[in-house]
Amino acid sequence: MSGGWLRPLVPVAVLVALLAAPLVNVRVPVLFTGPLNSPGNLQLLAVGFAFGIAALAYNLLFGYTGVLSFGHALFFGAGVYVPTIALREWAWGLGPALVLALVVGTLLAAAVGALSLRTQGVYFAMVTLAFAQAGAVLVGKNVGGLTGGEEGLSLPFRQLPRWMVGVVNTDKLYWVALATLIVVYLLAQRLVTSPAGRVWQGIRENERRVEMLGLPPYRFKLLAFVISGALATVAGVVYLLLTGGATPRAVGADLTVALLLMVIIGGSGSLWGPVAGAVLYHYLNVRLTIWAGSDLVADLPEVVRRPLRDPLFIFGLIFVVLVLFFPRGLAGAVAGRRGGPRRRARGGPAVGHPPGGGIE
Amino acid sequence: MSTIVLLTLTGLALAAMYFLLAAGLSLIFGLMGVLNFAHGAFFTWGAYVAWWTIGRVSPGGGASTGAFVLGLVTATLAVGLLAAVVEVGLLRPLYRRPIYQVLVTLGIGLALSQLTSVIWRPDARAFPQPSWLASTSTVLGARVPNNRFLLIAAALAVLGGMLLFLTRTRYGLIVRAGAENREMVQALGIDVDRAFTLVFALGGALAGLGGVFGAAYFGSINPYLGSVNLIFAFIVVVIGGLGSVTGSALAAVVIGLAQQFGNYYTTWAGDFVVVMLLAVVLLVRPHGLLGALR
Repeated sequence: MSGGWLRPLVPVAVLVALLAAPLVNVRVPVLFTGPLNSPGNLQLLAVGFAFGIAALAYNLLFGYTGVLSFGHALFFGAGVYVPTIALREWAWGLGPALVLALVVGTLLAAAVGALSLRTQGVYFAMVTLAFAQAGAVLVGKNVGGLTGGEEGLSLPFRQLPRWMVGVVNTDKLYWVALATLIVVYLLAQRLVTSPAGRVWQGIRENERRVEMLGLPPYRFKLLAFVISGALATVAGVVYLLLTGGATPRAVGADLTVALLLMVIIGGSGSLWGPVAGAVLYHYLNVRLTIWAGSDLVADLPEVVRRPLRDPLFIFGLIFVVLVLFFPRGLAGAVAGRRGGPRRRARGGPAVGHPPGGGIE
Repeated sequence: MSTIVLLTLTGLALAAMYFLLAAGLSLIFGLMGVLNFAHGAFFTWGAYVAWWTIGRVSPGGGASTGAFVLGLVTATLAVGLLAAVVEVGLLRPLYRRPIYQVLVTLGIGLALSQLTSVIWRPDARAFPQPSWLASTSTVLGARVPNNRFLLIAAALAVLGGMLLFLTRTRYGLIVRAGAENREMVQALGIDVDRAFTLVFALGGALAGLGGVFGAAYFGSINPYLGSVNLIFAFIVVVIGGLGSVTGSALAAVVIGLAQQFGNYYTTWAGDFVVVMLLAVVLLVRPHGLLGALR
C-alpha cells in the first residue's frame, strides 16, 4: 500500500460497506448464496459480529493483559441464558432482562476473577476452566429446572418488540449487532489507550516491573477481567437476539476454544484483528460445509472434500500453523507488510519473551 | 448393598481410566511444564487404532482375546510414536514460549480428534471386545461387567510400572531431577530435550492404552471420547499434585467414586462437585495433595 493518506480511509470504507450491506441487492457468487442482503447472509454476518464482540472482549484480557482465561464461555452464556430465563420464567420486559444479564455477567466475572487471579499462568487457565465447566454442568443438567437442559430454551417471541421478530426483520437485528460492535470497539479503543490500558500492556510485557513501579498488578488484572467478562456478556446478549434461543453450547468449553481460535486467527496484537478473525471463523464454519456439498468441489478427490465437511479439523490445522509461524495472525501479517516500527512493537503476548507469570 | 458394590466397582474402574489418562499428563507437566491439551486426542486415537486393528483381525464383528490384545499393543505403540512426532515437530520450537505451547497442544488436539471424524465419520461405533470381557460377574449380589476389573488391574499395573521406572531406572532419575530443577540437570550435561521427547512419548503411549480401556468401558467410541474425559484427567492431575504419580492415583480414586455416587443419586452433583473441587484445590493448595512445594 503506497499512499499513506489512504490508510485512515480503509476502516471508514469497510464500515460504510457493512452498514449499507442490508440495502444492497447484489450477488456475490461462491462467497454468498443468493443476494448479499438476503436474511440468511445478513444473519451469517451478524452472528459473526456477535462473536466479534466476544473475541474483542477476550483479547482485552489475552492480547493486551497477557492473561489466558479458559472460562469466558461462562460470561457469554450468562448473556444468553439470563435474559431468556427472565423473560420466560418471570415475564420481565426485554429492557430489564438485558440489564439484569449485564449485572449478572459483571458480578460473575468479578467473583470468578477475584478468586482465580490469585493463581497465575496455566493454573489460572485451569481455575477459570473449572468455574466455566461448573456453569456448563448446571446449565446442561438443568439444575433447578430453569435452563431446559440439553435442549435449551427459545425466546418467548410475544414478549419481544415487533421489529425484532421474524425473518423479514433480520436487517434490523443486523444493524443492532453492527452498532453494538462499533460501540464496544470504540470503548475498547479508549480503554487500551487509557492509563489503565497502559498498565495492562505493562503487565503483559513484565508483571514484576509493574509491581516495582508501585502498581498492584492484581487490581489491574481484575479490572481487565471484569470488563472483558462484562463485554463477553454483551456479546452473548447480541447472539441471543440473533439466534432467538439459548443452548448449552453457549456455555461450553468449545466456545472458549473457538474464541481463542478467532483471536489467534485475527491476531492478538490489535483490536480489529480478533473481530476480523471472529467474522472469518464463523463465516468459514458455515461456508466450508456448504462448499463441501456443492458442485464446486464435486470433482475434487475425496482427500480434499472430506476435511471440508469437518471445519474444526481445518481450524485445528490453521491454529497450529498460526501459533508456530504467524503468532500475530491476520493483523500481524498486515502490520508486517506495512512495516511500521510502532505497530511491530505491539505484538501479542509472549512473542520473544514469556508473558508475566508464565508457568511455575 | 448390591447397588453400593456396583457403584464402588464402577467408580474404581472410572478412576482407573482417569488415572491412565492422568498419569501421562502428570508426567509431562511435571517435567516439561506443558499442560497437554492434545492428551484427549491421544486417548481417542488409542481407541480408534485398537478398533481399526480389531476390525482387520476379526472382521466378523466381535473380537477374540488375541485380537483385543493385539489392538491394545498396536494402540499403545502407535500413539506413543504419534506423541514423539508431535513433540519433536511441534512442541520443540516453542520451548521458550509456555503459553504458546499450551495453545499449540490445543490446536493439535482439535485437529487430531477431528481427523478421526474426517477418516471414519463422526458417528459413534460399537467397540468389539471378547465375550468374556463384555459379560458380567456377580460380586456380593452386584452384576459387574468384567472389563471393569480389567481396567482396575491395568491401572494398578501401570502405577507399579511407573513407580519402578521413576525410582529404579536412570531415565526415571533424570525425569525426577528434571522436574525438580531443569537448569541444574542441563548444567550436568544431560540432554534434557531427549528426556522431554521420551516423557511425551511415554505419556502419549499411556493415553493410547487408556483409550482402549476407555472404549471397553463405554462400549463404543466417537471422536470426542478423549476430549470429554480430559477435563476430569486435569482435575485428577491437579488434585493429586502435579508431577506426583501416586497422588494422581489417589485423586483418581476420589474423583471416580465421587462422580459415580454423585451422579447416581442426583443427575448433576457428581460432575459439579468434582469440577468445583478443581477450583478449590488450585486456590487453597495449588501443589495438590502430594505435590512437592516448588
